[in-house]
Amino acid sequence: MTITLIADAPVDVDTEGFLTNSEQWNEQIAEAIAKANGIAELTDRHWLVVRFMRDRYLTTGSAPSIRSLGKESGVPVKELYQLFPKGPAKLAAKIGGIPKPKGCI
Amino acid sequence: MSRKQIVILGGGTGGTMVANRLRRRFDLDAAEIHVVDRDDRHVYQPGLLFVPFGLAHVEEIVRPRRRQLRSGVVFHENEVAEARIARDEVLLEDGTVLPYDALVVASGVRLQPEETEGMTGPGWNERVFTFYDAEGADALHGALERFDGGRLVVNIADMPIKCPVAPIEFAFLADWYLRERGVRARSEVVLATPLDGCFTKPIASEHLTYLLGEKEIELVTEFSAGEIDGVNGKLVSYDGREVDFDLLVTVPVHSGAAYVERSPGLGDALGFVPTDKHTLQTPAKANVFALGDATDLPTSKAGSVTHFEAEVLTENIARYFADEELEAGYDGHANCFIETGFHKALLIDFNYETEPLPGHFPTPIGLPLLRESRLNHLGKLLFQPIYWHVLLPGRDLPGLGSAMPTAGKKRTLSTPAQGARR
Repeated sequence: MTITLIADAPVDVDTEGFLTNSEQWNEQIAEAIAKANGIAELTDRHWLVVRFMRDRYLTTGSAPSIRSLGKESGVPVKELYQLFPKGPAKLAAKIGGIPKPKGCI
Repeated sequence: MSRKQIVILGGGTGGTMVANRLRRRFDLDAAEIHVVDRDDRHVYQPGLLFVPFGLAHVEEIVRPRRRQLRSGVVFHENEVAEARIARDEVLLEDGTVLPYDALVVASGVRLQPEETEGMTGPGWNERVFTFYDAEGADALHGALERFDGGRLVVNIADMPIKCPVAPIEFAFLADWYLRERGVRARSEVVLATPLDGCFTKPIASEHLTYLLGEKEIELVTEFSAGEIDGVNGKLVSYDGREVDFDLLVTVPVHSGAAYVERSPGLGDALGFVPTDKHTLQTPAKANVFALGDATDLPTSKAGSVTHFEAEVLTENIARYFADEELEAGYDGHANCFIETGFHKALLIDFNYETEPLPGHFPTPIGLPLLRESRLNHLGKLLFQPIYWHVLLPGRDLPGLGSAMPTAGKKRTLSTPAQGARR
């Protein structure tokens, strides 16, 4: 684990750049992570997904998979991939300041 | 203690083991035990892997469910309409109401090929198959016999799936099968997975990736199947990548049983049942327990997991009835043979905390872990009679308890031969 500066704030991150302490997160950090990962601007649809992921993590202790995200967030899976190219669940988790989703076993 | 009513939903691996263990634990006048399943076909699911290659036939791996249950267990061949957990009763589709003191959800998963665009469209069961059910495995057998070279693609539509090693085993066996038939030189074998490696656990994934490379099986990672075009033989990911195929072997999306979604407060958005990872009690209600593929637990959906859980769950139902504290006894233990073709197999053994490690199982003298051997292949073959005659009846297998053994495991990381590291 290392400490890095994102949007002028020192935050703890893992080797892949996921925040390991979700309390250090704020919206400026989210925008900075998004930019660094190829999303120039976070739209309302992005925020809807990011906040859904974050709320779910903070209330249940784990982030939803892409499929449950598609079923529960109101944003269909196809659109999730347009919003967050490559890996929607991973990227939305990173922007939302929560640990990397464990995926499935 | 008045006579307790126990209702078990599902007569597969978990439901049968729990019913038989409970039946031995409680006298007939202490508990009435009901098992509900919509059909009377108990499939030995590890056998499905062998059907497409002609190494097993469907009739050899299917037996009547009711015959696996001890006398004194009541079997209902019926669909569950709804579990009414607020009222401690289950409604069946024929209108029967089963009240209970304890409910066990053991209804496994449901395959949902229709959730992936195009999967069940033109080409389904012609050049697009699954071996995850008996009918599909049988149909795929015919297609493999006719396969005369080309691109054979194995794809996992989405996680979670039952037995996450099965698609890898399928690719290994396909390599072997095509070589035996002399068509391997004009064939490509591809494994496309949504994971970032071929398996979920890093050390085992590294060993398996090395084996895939040795067998010239192409691995495509982080591939989330969005659409299947069975006419033109194209598998398209959500992010627009295409994988061409002549024959597609797919593992469809999995959800929990349909009634779980119809039962308020029981399941999550995908129909899996949130369950305490150590006690197997559900947060839905204190008298509702779950095991096996039906749960949302962070371990593999596999028969070995279900078997280890069955021990803990039986104990906890007894403790629940006796008003005692539940045993937080399940440690996530899973144990899988991985067929690698050419009469060899590999064995992995792990739990919530410990990923599959090399060494030997269950003690320093035993089956080799994470290494191909003929002994492991024999172990896999021997497993079917053990399943029907020892595990389902709920007998204990010496040396194979619920908790993961550590005696034979090597804790230092070993590096497989060259080529495995990225």
